[in-house]
Amino acid sequence: MKTLKDLEEIRKRTLDTINLRKDQSGTRIVVGMATCGIAAGARPVLLAIMEEVEKNDLSDVIVAQTGCIGMCKLEPIVEVYRPGEEKVTYVKMNPSKAKRVVNEHVMQGKVVQDYTIGAEE
Amino acid sequence: MKMYRSHIMICRGTGCTSSSSEQIAQEFEKQLKLHGIDEEVIVERTGCFGLCALGPIVIVYPEAAFYSLVKPEDVEEIVKEHLVKGRVVKRLLYAETIEEDRIKSLNQVNFYKKQVRVALRNCGIINPENIDEYIAFDGYKALARCLTELKPEEVIDIVKRSGLRGRGGAGFPTGLKWEFTAKAQGDMKYVCCNADEGDPGAFMDRSILEGDPHSVLEAMAIAGYAVGGSQGYIYVRAEYPIAVKRLSIAINQAREYGLLGKNILGTGFDFDIELRLGAGAFVCGEETALLASIEGQRGMPRPRPPFPANKGLFGKPTLLNNVETYANICPIINNGPEWFASMGTEKSKGTKVFALGGKINHTGLVEIPMGTTMREIIYEIGGGCPNGKAFKAAQTGGPSGGCIPADKIDVPIDYETLTALGSMMGSGGLIVMDEDNCMVDIAKFFLEFTVDESCGKCTPCREGTKRMLEILDRITKGKGQEGDIERLETLAKNIKASALCALGQTAPNPVLSTLQYFRDEYEAHIRDKKCPAGACQALLQYIIAEDKCKACGICAKQCPVSAISGKPKTPYVIDQGKCIKCGACLEKCPFKAISRG
Repeated sequence: MKTLKDLEEIRKRTLDTINLRKDQSGTRIVVGMATCGIAAGARPVLLAIMEEVEKNDLSDVIVAQTGCIGMCKLEPIVEVYRPGEEKVTYVKMNPSKAKRVVNEHVMQGKVVQDYTIGAEE
Repeated sequence: MKMYRSHIMICRGTGCTSSSSEQIAQEFEKQLKLHGIDEEVIVERTGCFGLCALGPIVIVYPEAAFYSLVKPEDVEEIVKEHLVKGRVVKRLLYAETIEEDRIKSLNQVNFYKKQVRVALRNCGIINPENIDEYIAFDGYKALARCLTELKPEEVIDIVKRSGLRGRGGAGFPTGLKWEFTAKAQGDMKYVCCNADEGDPGAFMDRSILEGDPHSVLEAMAIAGYAVGGSQGYIYVRAEYPIAVKRLSIAINQAREYGLLGKNILGTGFDFDIELRLGAGAFVCGEETALLASIEGQRGMPRPRPPFPANKGLFGKPTLLNNVETYANICPIINNGPEWFASMGTEKSKGTKVFALGGKINHTGLVEIPMGTTMREIIYEIGGGCPNGKAFKAAQTGGPSGGCIPADKIDVPIDYETLTALGSMMGSGGLIVMDEDNCMVDIAKFFLEFTVDESCGKCTPCREGTKRMLEILDRITKGKGQEGDIERLETLAKNIKASALCALGQTAPNPVLSTLQYFRDEYEAHIRDKKCPAGACQALLQYIIAEDKCKACGICAKQCPVSAISGKPKTPYVIDQGKCIKCGACLEKCPFKAISRG
């Protein structure tokens, strides 16, 4: 038999996984997944981001994909949209860089300047 | 449940399932595996999204991309483009959801914009076969609150203050019904759910049971707590196999979690639910007949009082509510009665689900606040009549209801206004008719239904409706006599006054309301032997205009019964005795020389 506490736990745990079906207000992490992105290794980046989001129980974060944004030589590209803030574009990503972005930017609000497109240029 | 970056929601309601949505779901699973992303993307089978006309529907989150009319062979493209590369497949999107190349949020699309989904809140959003998803969106929170914080009389007070009225048709205040049952004396009380949805064209109860079965189970348990009942029955039609299956799964899951059964949530409250399958008799939707059928008796009504609240199932006090009524209970407990009562009109609170059918572009299921006008429903949400035809009338309330003519289209819809117009809310079937529909024929259709479904127990319904149908039948065949309208009116009055149950008492309504608004059509059938809408075949004639006929002979070749004859250079003629009025000649004539009159 479930208790009230069990019920609350199920609610929270499941909501984390299905919240993306409701209208979104939280952070969106978008990974460029066109041919260029995939060839440059976007998929492991995407998987690393998902893993990190799940590990840290981030219920208000959505991981999405997009097509080519035109700067193929800088792929894999990851964009982070936090509500009320400017979009930040990260370039030449890899799984460990992606994890750092989730930990520092998405969770603590600190942009990882070293990886941004501004730093690259 | 593990984390997935993208959720593919596939409608597995009856409508989309009948157009192969299960194959589509399986194809998605296959293609995801093939492309190696089945660990990132999940396929969920869900309930009705409402826009049945565009089914099968697939919604892909997080983008909320709304794919319509999807075929199994489209699946590979969606997986390759959208899910692997992140490029939405525009050609398959519902056109209204795209604006300047961006996907609009669904609540900005005309079909959904004016809708407020309370009873349908989870339909299309959760997987109805997974209790955890129901719990995630506040499921079983209302039950937990009732059992731990509220006394039974406080629960009843909340339902009373919400102003909720029975959604099965008659509109009796739900809180009052709960109070009567709570106050009735009895060592055992029952809580029943009427899921014997039988009005032609109504399918909201089916969609709720298919898309969100736990919402009904939870509300029944709350009702059990409020009225002091420990056993529930859901009386559902056997011809709703998907609803029956999902309900059985839901009941088992709720029992496993201890949300049904003994000592629910450790509070000492016992409540369990069983299903009873109905064989599809319309009369079993009438409460006393329904209870008789659960008992294993023949489904026939009995006179009231005593009402079921005092003497119902097995002679014990019984609460009986409709599916949609129950589906409103948990949001009322969670959000408060004031929230619910803030929607709707003075005497009709909250929202109502309507099943749009007939001559309308967006056939489907919509939920709107009470007080929305028929114009908003038909034109803004429903997209108007197809092929630019003129709207003529809307039929509400099924075989117990009536027609609302085009000039009353701006009346706000609630229980009172519909009754004042000679129709009724009924369960919420809304059948739209255009200029090609003959109102006498419509009345005849509904009366045929009641004659078929009359249980035969009382004479007014058994004999009276049959006599009315005979008169209507001869009117539509051009054999109507002077005095037929008056005969119909007398019979209608007597049946209404003397039939045993609501089925009989309301059976004449379709005739009375069409007589009220379209009496001239009846007169045209009887006096001029003409059907103004051109729907009654016996009154039609196809005629070839001599001056337009070029004697090409195409019509004669098309005619399936060789009723058309002619020679080169002389106009062709139709032998009216042989003509079966199929209309094939009219469609094919290149010179528009054939007319129907």
